[in-house]
Amino acid sequence: MISFILRRLASAVPTLFIVVTISFFMMRFAPGGPFNLERPLPPQTMENLNRAYGLDLPLWQQYLRYLGNVVQGDFGPSYVYRDNTVDQLIAMGLPYSIRLGMMALLVALIGGVAAGTYAALRQNSLTDLLVMSVSTVGVTVPNFVVGPVLTLIFAVLLAWLPAGGWGDGSLRFLILPTIALALPQLAVFARLMRGAMIEALHADHIRTVRAYGLPPRTVIVTHAMRAALLPIVSYLAPCAAALLTGSAVIESIFTIPGVGRYFVIGAINRDYTLVMGTVVLIAIFVIVFNLVVDLLYGLLDPRVRHE
Amino acid sequence: MSDLAQMPSLAPHAPETRGRSLFSLAMRRFRRNRAAIAGSIVLVLVALFSFVGPLFSDHAYDQVFPSYVSVPPSLSPRPGAETLQGAMESAVQRARVRLESFTVEGHSFTATLGADQPIDPRTTRYIDRANEFDDTTVKETQEDGRKLIVEGRVTREYFPFGTDSNGRDLLVRVMLGGQISIAVGVLASLVSLGIGVVYGATAGYLGGRIDNVMMRFVEILYSLPFVFLVVLLVVFFGRSFILIFLVIGAVEWLDMARIVRGQTLALKRREFVGAAESLGLSDWQIIRRHIIPNTIGPVVVFVTVIVPKVILLESFLSFLGLGVQAPLTSWGALIAEGANNIQSAPWLLIFPSIFFVVTLFALNFVGDGLRDALDPRDR
Amino acid sequence: MMTSDSNTAVEAETVLTVRGLKVRFDTPDGPIEAVKGVDLDVKAGETLAVVGESGSGKSQTMMAIMGLLAANGRATGSALYRGREMIGLPMKALNTIRGEKITMIFQEPMTSLDPLYPIGRQIAEPIRHHRGGTAAAARARVLELLELVGIPEPTRRIDSYPHELSGGQRQRAMIAMALANEPDILIADEPTTALDVTIQAQILTLLQSLQKRFGMAVVLITHDLGVVRHVADRVVVMRRGEVVERGRTADVFARPKADYTRMLIEAEPSGEKAPPAPDEPVLLEGRKLRVDYSTGGGFLKKAGLFTAVHGADIRLRQGQTIGLVGESGSGKSTLGRALLKLTPSSGTVLFNGRDISDFDRKAMRPLRRDMQLVFQDPFGSLSPRQTVGEIITEGLYVHEPQLSKAERDARAVAALHEVGLDPSARNRYPHEFSGGQRQRIAIARAIILKPRLVVLDEPTSALDRSVQGQVIELLRGLQKSHGLSYLFISHDLSVIRAMADYVIVMQAGRIVEEGETAGLFDHPCEAYTKALLSAAYSR
Repeated sequence: MISFILRRLASAVPTLFIVVTISFFMMRFAPGGPFNLERPLPPQTMENLNRAYGLDLPLWQQYLRYLGNVVQGDFGPSYVYRDNTVDQLIAMGLPYSIRLGMMALLVALIGGVAAGTYAALRQNSLTDLLVMSVSTVGVTVPNFVVGPVLTLIFAVLLAWLPAGGWGDGSLRFLILPTIALALPQLAVFARLMRGAMIEALHADHIRTVRAYGLPPRTVIVTHAMRAALLPIVSYLAPCAAALLTGSAVIESIFTIPGVGRYFVIGAINRDYTLVMGTVVLIAIFVIVFNLVVDLLYGLLDPRVRHE
Repeated sequence: MSDLAQMPSLAPHAPETRGRSLFSLAMRRFRRNRAAIAGSIVLVLVALFSFVGPLFSDHAYDQVFPSYVSVPPSLSPRPGAETLQGAMESAVQRARVRLESFTVEGHSFTATLGADQPIDPRTTRYIDRANEFDDTTVKETQEDGRKLIVEGRVTREYFPFGTDSNGRDLLVRVMLGGQISIAVGVLASLVSLGIGVVYGATAGYLGGRIDNVMMRFVEILYSLPFVFLVVLLVVFFGRSFILIFLVIGAVEWLDMARIVRGQTLALKRREFVGAAESLGLSDWQIIRRHIIPNTIGPVVVFVTVIVPKVILLESFLSFLGLGVQAPLTSWGALIAEGANNIQSAPWLLIFPSIFFVVTLFALNFVGDGLRDALDPRDR
Repeated sequence: MMTSDSNTAVEAETVLTVRGLKVRFDTPDGPIEAVKGVDLDVKAGETLAVVGESGSGKSQTMMAIMGLLAANGRATGSALYRGREMIGLPMKALNTIRGEKITMIFQEPMTSLDPLYPIGRQIAEPIRHHRGGTAAAARARVLELLELVGIPEPTRRIDSYPHELSGGQRQRAMIAMALANEPDILIADEPTTALDVTIQAQILTLLQSLQKRFGMAVVLITHDLGVVRHVADRVVVMRRGEVVERGRTADVFARPKADYTRMLIEAEPSGEKAPPAPDEPVLLEGRKLRVDYSTGGGFLKKAGLFTAVHGADIRLRQGQTIGLVGESGSGKSTLGRALLKLTPSSGTVLFNGRDISDFDRKAMRPLRRDMQLVFQDPFGSLSPRQTVGEIITEGLYVHEPQLSKAERDARAVAALHEVGLDPSARNRYPHEFSGGQRQRIAIARAIILKPRLVVLDEPTSALDRSVQGQVIELLRGLQKSHGLSYLFISHDLSVIRAMADYVIVMQAGRIVEEGETAGLFDHPCEAYTKALLSAAYSR
């Protein structure tokens, strides 16, 4: 078990390395730089800035230097937010993104699994139809439509909830962004769960437990649901990584000071270090959640237990 | 089923019965699916709206109407009679004459101007200078020129969807956005189809070490945060229309390659491919006669999944301000604009969202219909 | 009909009485009557066999009684267990009978157990639910049961997951579960079909001995008449949802009353093949053929090596049929494919006296028309997107490209005639045909090229018995009229005995015994051959 975790973490190193390398060079080959503003800076200032940030060195030296810093956990200074290092920016934004992401993940997971299970047990009923319709809406309508529409209804027209901002971090401020963030994932969970549950209920071994007169609770909870949770668990990794690292769209709609916006702001402004920092952050989250999910999967399914 | 009864029963059949191919069966199933048919009709209508609609409007997508900034949607023409009166009054004021009467009938107006001195007929130019009025001519001169009865055209505009904060007609912009979103969706899907099919089929058919290396490469690309890749490519290549669909296609091919590879691998193991091999067919004959016809079904289904995904991705980029550049627009960009003006001009959000969501739903239903119709498990 | 039961010597108590049972399924293409009014009696302690081919409704009858029909199925009629009506009984009441008084084992031991729980826990579940008691007591009982059904090392196996057991062990675990509450009736739905012959025999013997010990009634659902003859006291024959014949096993087999029963019994392959004249030339010869597969190899990872065939020698003469026998995984199919050069192998292959060992695909192409292959699965071996005409004339494109469209069509008509299909079939698609008809299409594809050698890889295994007989007749006729040589690969000894004049027995990639059919069947030398034969014929 522990050796499995260690092996997996070791194998993440080359992946991270490739991610850093590809994004570093892609970023640098793109035309323009962090100091190409709309009104050009005087050449002397430009030169000074480039020297100050080490951009005057040959590319490979910059790359090695950056790599060296990243290994020590230093992502360098931000070019856009000149007063902060990337580490500081992430440290400031991440708690907001994680808090919002956790809420959305819980809502999506609990809501989706419950709705999917219920729909599967009442297949082709009105409830089933309702759950499936809502989840079709959730899957089809992107959150950059859902978010503004929710704001329009609940903040502008009804004025029940604030339109945006973090405020004091109380629930009132979090409800709309959480729903907008959770809805698509909730829909995916509901669909996955319904499909998996229906399949599980048709499985031969479910027929066996029914043939042995075991009560419905045992049939559904002990045998069918455990099998049906497997695809849910697989989907959990990409979902959690996406939700917890912040959503650029939701954060900009609801003006939340999370890390999701950094990436887009960084890319548009050629803030090399900021973009690289967010990329590595996302990659680490993806790797860690994949590992967690694999371990969880092993707990649920004896066929893939990790020695 | 036992053969016993069926064997002889085959004989009395009409000698040249045409069998029903799987394709015609699938089409029959598709036609029976009402949601899918409705979806197809909606898609055709949305496409007509986007591509043919602009021909019926005399507004260009980049035409700015300075007098109509952020006007709400309305089916009656703009400006209304009162506004016109006011506009005429201010025009006349500039000409230093009095407005004695003013009537509007359809697209023409009649005004009576009065002054203490004879009025220069060139005064009509002051009226023409207003956005609303055109072709003003003197119809009658009364009281030795101290009273002019002038006629002219009223330029009245219809803005059923309202206008945006730059004073552009939202209806035409939604049409343009539709053109771009649909075009990007179709073209990017074709790009991803092309790359994905060639890559996947090659990897799957050659197999072994080559397959291993090719798929490892795909896995590495997968492990890159996906949006990041698109954003960087867009920033890298610039933001022209052609490059955007190329970039999206270049990212979306990964799934297609995986699916085609999986199909090819599965087909290679199917006994009818073994049978063809034992008949002595060459590789190319097997690919042409057996592999390709049997991959088409899943690929078609997957394309219907990819098109909405691509439209979504394009809109997402546009929403973040990374899509096509103004004055061009797409549904995503329009929605972003709407989201920013949600308090003052909610129609900017509502109209593009309706078209966008309706199109996505229609694509979804068509995709589901095709999948149900082509799904081999259904046989 | 029922009168034939009344001459049972000692009138045993009837535990299950089924009257007028009907099962209907609502499908998108309209309702389907799967069971159309079945009457059955199960007496205490007896073995009743319900026999029928696929689609006869035999399984659905039992599923209906147990309340296990699919959601779109509905049962009407009556099924009395010791006077208690089971049809329409609310689930809670039904659950006091299911798993306690009546238990069931299924065809697929692979999938009938929950893969996520250890077998011990699964066996204990019905014990604790119906009998109560502590976990420890249930565990002790499970150990006892595992011992009883002959699972080795029960103390270790009790915590094993299903995937850690072999197919036979899983079926034993299922039996343990079925016996746990000492039921009145055990319903066994094709309990041995998915298992290898030698294991089949063990499971049947186990069932019989346990029946003696516990005195329960066994309802055996099967398509295999050999099993029925051997184990059943009484037989019910079903066809298309109806009972066509019933009676004591010996009576039914000796004097079948219904035409269908007679046909089923006669469909057991019979006849034998005379060996070819000794001066017939050798058509195909393999010397020291060896086939290795690499397994589990990955990118930059060293692959393991698995030897599927260890140096096999085989000589097939003109007009001869060699039967290649073995259980799954014995390497018999691989050997067949290696002889056709469809799988890389080492060793020597001679075709018509010519060494073709080093021929690549291109060099083999002209030879392909003389050596054809027919597969087991008539569903997978025909491309679903081609018409039957396109399928059977495909070889002509390669080997006789000069033919005109009309000539090709004429050849297709002739080939279809020869395999007993209406020529109009060539405009239709494979999915419009039944399994037996598809196998005829596959055979037409092979013979249209007028080959000299046909390798038949389990050509009858996926077919019902009655259809099997017809396909065997067809193959025999074709052999006679075209002077074909067959390599007949099968795990079914009765088919081999009827078709082949020479038999090769394979086990784990090696030839363990070979000889003329009659001699080998009558006097097997090797222990493995004996086991195979006794498993197949003792029943």
